Amino acid sequence: MDSPTVTEQDPDQPRRYGRRLFLATVAGGITSLYWGKAAWDHVSGAISPVTSAVLPGGGWRIYTISGQMPVFDPASWRLKIGGLVEQPLSLTYDELRALPHVEQVSDFHCVTGWSVNNVRWGGVRMHDVLAAAKPRSSAQALEFVSMEVPYTDYLTAKQASLRDAMLAYEMDGKPLPQEHGAPVRLIIPEMYGYKNVKWLTEINLVPQEQLGYWEQLGYDQNAWVGRSNGYGT
Amino acid sequence: MKRAGYVPRFSRIERLLHWVNALGFFFLLTTGLILYLPRLSVLVSRRQTVQYIHFWGGVAWLCALAVVIVLGGRRMLATARELDTFDRDDVRWLRGGKAPQGRFNAGQKINAVLTAAFAVLFGVSGLLLWFGEQDTRYRFASTVLLHDGLMYVSLALLVGHLYLALIHPATRHALRGMTLGDVRVEWATKHHAKWEPEGIQIDRGTPSPVTLDPKPH
Repeated sequence: MDSPTVTEQDPDQPRRYGRRLFLATVAGGITSLYWGKAAWDHVSGAISPVTSAVLPGGGWRIYTISGQMPVFDPASWRLKIGGLVEQPLSLTYDELRALPHVEQVSDFHCVTGWSVNNVRWGGVRMHDVLAAAKPRSSAQALEFVSMEVPYTDYLTAKQASLRDAMLAYEMDGKPLPQEHGAPVRLIIPEMYGYKNVKWLTEINLVPQEQLGYWEQLGYDQNAWVGRSNGYGT
Repeated sequence: MKRAGYVPRFSRIERLLHWVNALGFFFLLTTGLILYLPRLSVLVSRRQTVQYIHFWGGVAWLCALAVVIVLGGRRMLATARELDTFDRDDVRWLRGGKAPQGRFNAGQKINAVLTAAFAVLFGVSGLLLWFGEQDTRYRFASTVLLHDGLMYVSLALLVGHLYLALIHPATRHALRGMTLGDVRVEWATKHHAKWEPEGIQIDRGTPSPVTLDPKPH
């Protein structure tokens, strides 16, 4: 009989499983940059109500750009609508709420990769607010100014006239919480979150779009979900 | 200093690595949760400052780990080799069977290996989040998922680790090994029967009284 040779198959031979586990974990993690979101969307789509209940804050993350989160004071807050309009407006919170109320359920997508599905927004249609101010024909874009200085962003008049573009003062049936932009934020579900300006205080009608806060830092002006910022292109 | 009835388990450099990692982890967990949890972000609200602290804290943490590993040199390499190697008893132990273990049991090896891999992945995804905010070339839709996912898995590992190190009566004596460096001989004999400390021979034949004999050479 041949003398037995010690090979990798020898059950008593110690195995270097540690480095394999290390390399596999690192490789899995790095490659997940390419497949992670698709996999997560697949899973969370199936268990959507569970994820929003289990994830802290319902899956939301709060991004701010200044040192202080704006505080809503109903006595002093106004929503000013000016610029190229026939009828400049300065609406109190109650006056805003007196406009025709609409609701929508939509998914909210952040450009950094997280999403919150089925958010119920309540508020007024962009179209109804603008109609009251009577924009001039030269007004081709809208500037949205946040109480969080220096946050601004722009939409073209066409984008702002999308049916589900709205000013939301309610979220999931309750008044919009401070961290989500109280008292009112812009909602345009077709675009990434950075276009959905929080803590709104001013809307100015202007001749054309300019670069908003994040666009000045390199983000796309037309922030279509899945079709901008390096995604889906 | 060796105490009678005790055997050194973790060297100074190993303990340093552990505590640098632990300290960094808790610091990053705290600052990270402020960025992650809406309720905390309202309380603290200075997101940019917290983001800055979190990022540079992370960089400092990884650099400190690297420095300790380099300082550890060959001894650290020997430790890594121990963690790398799984024998038949380790596999048996992982399958739930009773099998004698070395200085690290198979669960501790897996925990250490995963912790090391997660440090790398936390670093990579953290850098991508930081630079991705400034340059689309570094932006991936899944970076934030990876970073958050790592946090959840690490937290789960940490809870298990803390339970075994602080609460579970049979294993919590191990904490002494990670603080003072040594553990009781009879505990080592029971939990790490195959471990043969360098320069020390544990008398396994006579459980009582316990003796510690230096090796003849």
